[in-house]
Amino acid sequence: MSAHGQAIGPASPSRRLKDLAFRAAMLSCLGVAVLLLAVLIIDVAVDGVGHLSVDLIMNDPSASADKAGIQPALWGTIYLMAVCVFFIVPVGVATAVYLEEYADATRWWNRLIEINIQNLAAVPSIVYGILGLAFLVRGPLSLGQVVLAGGLTLGLLVLPVVIIAGREAIRAVPSSIREGSMALGATQWQTIWRQVLPASVPGIATGVILALARAIGETAPLIVIGAATFITFNPEGLGSAFTAMPIQIFDWISGRPSTPQNDFRPLAAAAILVLLMLLMSMNAAAIWLRNRYEQKW
Amino acid sequence: MEAGTATPAASGAPALGAARRRYGEDLVKALLVLAALVSVLTTTGIVISLLSETIVFFRDIPILDYLFGTRWSPLFEPGSFGVLPLVSGTFLITGIAMLVAAPLGLGAAIYLSEYAHPRTRKAVKPVLELLAGIPTIVFGYFALTFFTPEILRDLLGMKVSIFNALAAGIVMGFMIIPTIASISEDSLAAVPGSLREGAFGLGASRLQVSLRVVFPAALSGVVAAIVLGVSRAIGETMIVLVAAGQVPNLTADARKPVETMTTFIGATAKGDLPTGSTEYKTIFAVGTTLFVITLVMNALSIRFVRKYRQVYE
Repeated sequence: MSAHGQAIGPASPSRRLKDLAFRAAMLSCLGVAVLLLAVLIIDVAVDGVGHLSVDLIMNDPSASADKAGIQPALWGTIYLMAVCVFFIVPVGVATAVYLEEYADATRWWNRLIEINIQNLAAVPSIVYGILGLAFLVRGPLSLGQVVLAGGLTLGLLVLPVVIIAGREAIRAVPSSIREGSMALGATQWQTIWRQVLPASVPGIATGVILALARAIGETAPLIVIGAATFITFNPEGLGSAFTAMPIQIFDWISGRPSTPQNDFRPLAAAAILVLLMLLMSMNAAAIWLRNRYEQKW
Repeated sequence: MEAGTATPAASGAPALGAARRRYGEDLVKALLVLAALVSVLTTTGIVISLLSETIVFFRDIPILDYLFGTRWSPLFEPGSFGVLPLVSGTFLITGIAMLVAAPLGLGAAIYLSEYAHPRTRKAVKPVLELLAGIPTIVFGYFALTFFTPEILRDLLGMKVSIFNALAAGIVMGFMIIPTIASISEDSLAAVPGSLREGAFGLGASRLQVSLRVVFPAALSGVVAAIVLGVSRAIGETMIVLVAAGQVPNLTADARKPVETMTTFIGATAKGDLPTGSTEYKTIFAVGTTLFVITLVMNALSIRFVRKYRQVYE
């Protein structure tokens, strides 16, 4: 510290000025960051709001921009999210329970699982697409380019989110609850199932919603596994071909020629607005859950 | 929490005495272990799927030609498989993105942690986290339809191609700001107040406290945030696929279109590639390169955090 010479006495004006300038600079960083993201959302809203209509949601994609809509994409996304939930909830929660309640953290295999989950969270999403292509769509499982393969690929991608949130929620349950339950004669699993898990449901649910909010906007892995871009029917089941909201948006931005007479880009903006609204409501649900049910022990 | 208050009296057994072996408990534990293995199998699956095709790829293409070749045209006959243009494109865009995201993200973090009223901080943090969750395709749209034509061309009068590295990089920077701001704010806020108070007591100004006391103490977290930003930039696909073009250019001129590793994978993998074709194998070779680079980044960040982490109390 070079400041000790001036430890006592009022700060000099130049020092105050420097301090003020620094504060202004830091504030403007925050301001610029928020402003830029606001411009982004306003730009999309201005482009897309004119196309936001019931027709957009009810119509199939079409070669003519006037008639094109997102119904199959919307249903495709709903199906994908459903597969995703059925995969990430049991697997994610079970992994979290194992790591928090059973695993001995000094054993190398348990540490391996932990490091592995950390690493998975940093793998680029497109690499999950390659995994889905090589293992789920083709190769060992050979499911084809169907809803099940897409949902599982997204599920694997966001699994670390659920595991990490689940572990935090389970860790937040005080050990006195466990000890009380055990002292009354409950087994370890009875304790987990009837005491620990019910108490950590809000935290886990928040994690699951945030994981889905991440999965719903993921485009790259779906492109790699080969989600179709032009589909005029809603998925009928897990083995059905599908498209999804982000794929439809990508196709409208880059996939087809946008001429002034037949411009798909405003449609893309409108579809982005629908996607953003879905995202906002998921995030709002997560925040509400966290505030409403958060338990203080 | 109805279940939380339920009495476990139903199990009824005497609390003391030797418990009989409960096979149900063992079964549950086995199922939980199986679930935990899914994530290990995911990694194994990624490595196996990448490596098996990559090894086949390197049977046809000498590895040195791949790593140090300067021409990338795998889809032509005869193909040329030098990956350097893709790597340079990736790092050019990552560099631009970090030039935008690192200062703005850190500045925002310092303001939030050292200057802002706790109420402001509580209001802004969730907004940042929300913004960090905007799908990247939205940023791609913004870069292509707004940033390049309206800002770079009209406002700044630059002669850029409609697809260019500059817009993709800058907009990718916007995307990364919330991540860097949020994570480095966490580590700045974790520096104990006593350190700040000690420095204030010695007469330091807030500027000095922020830059010479808090910032060095939180360095490991800040670096981890930046490394995470870099690895997100390297792995990001949709912004570059939409806005940076698909021309494998070995160039440092950001006004031109470039192709990144992720762009190549995304652009080539869509559609039905026959398994075993050269295009198919090329995806895996580039995927392996990308995977190894992000793995190294991640390992560096973990090491850095361990080495410089300050533990207080």
